[in-house]
Amino acid sequence: MSDGETTFVKEVNAALARAMRDDERVIVIGEDVAEGGPYQATIGLAQEFGTERVRNTPISEAAVCGVAIGAAQAGMRPVVEIMFIDFITLALDQLVNQAAKAHFMSGGQLSVPMVLRTQGGAGGRAGAQHSQSLEAWVAHVPGLKVVMPSSAADVAGLLASAIADPDPVVFVENKSLYFRREPAPRSREPSQLGRAHVLRSGDDVTIVALSRLVGEAAAAADRLASEGIAAEVIDPRTLVPLDLETIVASVRRTGRAVVAHEAVRTGGIGGELAAELQAHAFDYLEAPIQRVGAPFTPVPLSPSLEDDYRPGADDVYAAAHRALAWDGHDDA
Amino acid sequence: MSTAQPADVLGRDEALALLATMWRIRCFEERVAKLHRSLQVHGLIHLSIGAEGVAAAVCGALRVDDHVYSGHRAHGHALAKGAPMDRVMAELMGRSDGLCQGLGGSMHLVDEAHGLMGATGVVGGNLPLAAGDAMAAKLGGSDRVTVAFFGDGAVQAGHFNETVNLASLWELPLVFVCENNGFAEFTPRSAHTKVESVCDVVAPYDFERRTVDGADVPALHEAIDAYVAAARAGRGPLLLECLTHRRRGHYEGDAEGYRDALAEAEWAKVDPIARLQSLAYECDWLEGDGAAQAAFEDDARAEVEQAVAFARASPPLAPPQAAALVYSR
Repeated sequence: MSDGETTFVKEVNAALARAMRDDERVIVIGEDVAEGGPYQATIGLAQEFGTERVRNTPISEAAVCGVAIGAAQAGMRPVVEIMFIDFITLALDQLVNQAAKAHFMSGGQLSVPMVLRTQGGAGGRAGAQHSQSLEAWVAHVPGLKVVMPSSAADVAGLLASAIADPDPVVFVENKSLYFRREPAPRSREPSQLGRAHVLRSGDDVTIVALSRLVGEAAAAADRLASEGIAAEVIDPRTLVPLDLETIVASVRRTGRAVVAHEAVRTGGIGGELAAELQAHAFDYLEAPIQRVGAPFTPVPLSPSLEDDYRPGADDVYAAAHRALAWDGHDDA
Repeated sequence: MSTAQPADVLGRDEALALLATMWRIRCFEERVAKLHRSLQVHGLIHLSIGAEGVAAAVCGALRVDDHVYSGHRAHGHALAKGAPMDRVMAELMGRSDGLCQGLGGSMHLVDEAHGLMGATGVVGGNLPLAAGDAMAAKLGGSDRVTVAFFGDGAVQAGHFNETVNLASLWELPLVFVCENNGFAEFTPRSAHTKVESVCDVVAPYDFERRTVDGADVPALHEAIDAYVAAARAGRGPLLLECLTHRRRGHYEGDAEGYRDALAEAEWAKVDPIARLQSLAYECDWLEGDGAAQAAFEDDARAEVEQAVAFARASPPLAPPQAAALVYSR
């Protein structure tokens, strides 16, 4: 790897190390974290900071999440790793009933400055219990913040901000992004949560994409550009708080919108984005907002089926054309 | 089991202080029951009448900076840990001067200043938080301890076993205090598990554990003092199982079709207040004419009425004030 290059997972690792060096209240806790975890996101941390602060746990997602909450309420800044987002199901009581509500229900006495790092996404041939995209579940809960970084350039600054944040943050990574060679970030300083990133500007159609779909949207935009169509690509980066202002301003200008994520389309966050856009940009829309997401099935194992299941650049490209070709008749 | 006589383990002043705390809890909860019937306190109300001895003895053994996590039956724990009664009452009534500005209510009392770090309406959900709290104390080099209150119903929840394992593995300064009242909601313990004693559940983890009569305040006092000292000295976790009688239903309004009420004579045997008062007379800590006993009750009832007046005078938060408390930032 050349000097100007890095990977997503290396940036996560380095951001954790920086946070632990800067603030001794930061601890990392989760299954196999002292061994680096299955994706090596925490490799080397135990050697530098010891196994008290980089703490392996048994396979007890509920209690481990609760331990992080209790430690956070007592003044620590825990970063808990749930190895696969599929397993947050086991920790949801703690996350939803305890962490999300502690500040509110205590009348502001308690704060829960914890980060729950996890990763989702299909493409690993791992089957339906290790491949989901469940970010909409947590974005639905008042009190949680939800961050979905899409690139190695962004992840360090977002993770630094999440760790410094006084509220519980669910930090959703995507396993497909971990090992790609990418340009190194210009800055690793904390970047404000709730600020979207406009990857490329364009006047013909707005594509709002999350996590892995950001890269897919950029590829689709390249193809559209070769046809003379200028797509604006926006990565919200955080679902809660959401930079609706940037997205609405773009759609008011282009009049056409595609929202794209890997999660199942039904009940996905794309529906929420579409609803907000029609409420705030209705008079500017030239076409129905197009949604890209996975079909309403569990993630299949068979490689050919999984590849077919997983939304990508082709789907975003087709959705943009549906928006551009809209002539007032729904022939879908 | 200890063979010490009650008066050997509990002095006059301590006994009377615990008695005063128990009367405060009893009178508070009896008033809350009435307020519930007239819809002046809100939500599901779970009373701890019969278990006041546990709250008083356990919290009485703690420092202000020791932390407590409680469950849905938390009024006694809050009052015994030092939460001001008027603000607890205002919280139950949903008022802005409540402990939690009226956003938590009976099942979610928090008083950080007095070390009450949280109560939860999800049975067993408080246990891992208490472990995390104890872990933070240990990592931070503090000698404070954490107490996790829970009922026997929580023991069959996954949270319990996960937390007991972690606490034992990490040798946390955590005292598990089980109020085993023999009922999980509407059904007896025998309908939930074949393991009779909660102490038996944690036996494989090999930490110190003891079952005590939850109406025997001197025994509770002796046991919890020793356990808190042990946790502070790094010998945690420990489990104190207190056998109590739940005088009232699972919640107020529970028709209690599943059991018969105890006769008064039977109740007197398991009522921690009646038991400690009898001891106080035997030991001449209270005068025989009953005036001192009546004074405890009168003082408590007067404090409760002041608390009700305080709460009634407090408005609820305005919606924007509540909405501003979803996030710290």
